[in-house]
Amino acid sequence: MNDAPGIFVRGRAACGDAVLFDSLELDLAAGRWTCLLGVSGVGKSTLLRLIAGLETHTTFSGQIAASDGRPVAGRVAYMAQSDLLLPWSSVLGNVTIGARLRGERPDLERAGELIARAGLSEHRDRKPATLSGGQRQRAALARTLAEDRPLILLDEPFSALDAHTRAEMQDLAVSLLAGRTVLLVTHDPGEAARLGHAILVMTDTGLRCMPVPRGSPPRSVDDPDMLASQGALHRFLRESGGGAGRGSETVGA
Amino acid sequence: MIRWRHAGLAALLLVVVWQALVWFTGLPHFILPGPRRVAEAMWSSRALIAEHAAVTLAEVLIGLAIGSALGVATAIHLAVSESARAVLRPLLVFSQAIPVFALAPILTLWLGYGLWSKIAMAVLIIYFPVTSAFFDGLMRTPQGFLDLAKTMGATPAAVMTRIRIPAALPALGSGLKLAAVYAPIGAVIGEWVGASRGLGYLMLLANGRAKIDLMFAAMLVLGVLSVGLYLAADALSRRFLSPHPA
Repeated sequence: MNDAPGIFVRGRAACGDAVLFDSLELDLAAGRWTCLLGVSGVGKSTLLRLIAGLETHTTFSGQIAASDGRPVAGRVAYMAQSDLLLPWSSVLGNVTIGARLRGERPDLERAGELIARAGLSEHRDRKPATLSGGQRQRAALARTLAEDRPLILLDEPFSALDAHTRAEMQDLAVSLLAGRTVLLVTHDPGEAARLGHAILVMTDTGLRCMPVPRGSPPRSVDDPDMLASQGALHRFLRESGGGAGRGSETVGA
Repeated sequence: MIRWRHAGLAALLLVVVWQALVWFTGLPHFILPGPRRVAEAMWSSRALIAEHAAVTLAEVLIGLAIGSALGVATAIHLAVSESARAVLRPLLVFSQAIPVFALAPILTLWLGYGLWSKIAMAVLIIYFPVTSAFFDGLMRTPQGFLDLAKTMGATPAAVMTRIRIPAALPALGSGLKLAAVYAPIGAVIGEWVGASRGLGYLMLLANGRAKIDLMFAAMLVLGVLSVGLYLAADALSRRFLSPHPA
């Protein structure tokens, strides 16, 4: 995946008269993880959905383009907080759903390999309801990889997992998505500090670029520099969110 | 097992209340026969009842098959085509405003006294619940699945067959369970209006000859038949239409 392009977004999104963001400038570095933090309702998921080409109930005017000049559409894989596994389909069926939805013959051998890399070989014929939360997100990650797209959009995919499983999933995602351009929307400063090559905070006044801890992702969960960065992000989010009242909203999704 | 025990208790309660009514009101047996008399009539006329029950069952099953197929096809068509929704939905709702009972004489006139007028009644009575339940299911696909399909570059036909229809199958199951209960009503109304066979015809015949015990027996068999159909539809939809098959 050396050909993953960078992505840039310039523009303004509004919902009726309410402006969600104005003269926004977002750059996703090619082949890198960009983490986008912000309090609930600030528009970070909307921004991700705009890049994914999904319905947002806002009017966007501006430009979303790739650094190689080719269109963004069709080169995006998307993973959400809910695993979105089809309950009637097995793990293998879910991992190959993209091909079948495009009317292509699924590559079962490759799907089997991806399921193995996600550590789910023993579960490939099981239904999602019989899997744990962590296993379900692994299956969703394998499905995302099966799409083999250069641009990966992650909308809080690990936020419903317990702390231990979340750290495991973060490690797995970094190793499996290496070389791709990743945008991770999260409300967890620790996650951003562990995973980001770049860390941005979205506020009412626009995007703010934050200092990134030393070392390459995934940074160790007890790395002092990472922990310091996590603390700084926490503090910034509280202050930019307008005090404790607004800050408490970050707990909700 | 608990379910069966509850069903048995309910049946027992019904018989007790029924017998108590017979004792307390003192009504003659040609007005309200007791459970025992009806059981005797059921046993002594078992061949006759079975013959007519088979006719009604055939009407109901064929009606269910045709009505469900039409309902499923209509629901998919409505879900796919916005213009079909605009044109057909008001028609569908309007069609429900006409009581099916009022159509029975006309259907008998058009289709004759045989099976087909009763099948048509069963079809008419179940068509709307099946269409409506399945259509609602098709329109309530979780948005996340549709978003995912969009980023995957899915074709509309594949989204329908691989996501929207499977996601709507539990709703179709609810529609089919309703249909299983309604279809016998349609068939029996058809038989009342004009027939020479079937449980509805047998009830009219028995009534006319003051054989009220036979009429009750036929009615009980009809009830058991309807409950049996409901249970079968329930079992089938659990097995094949559940979102989480075992």
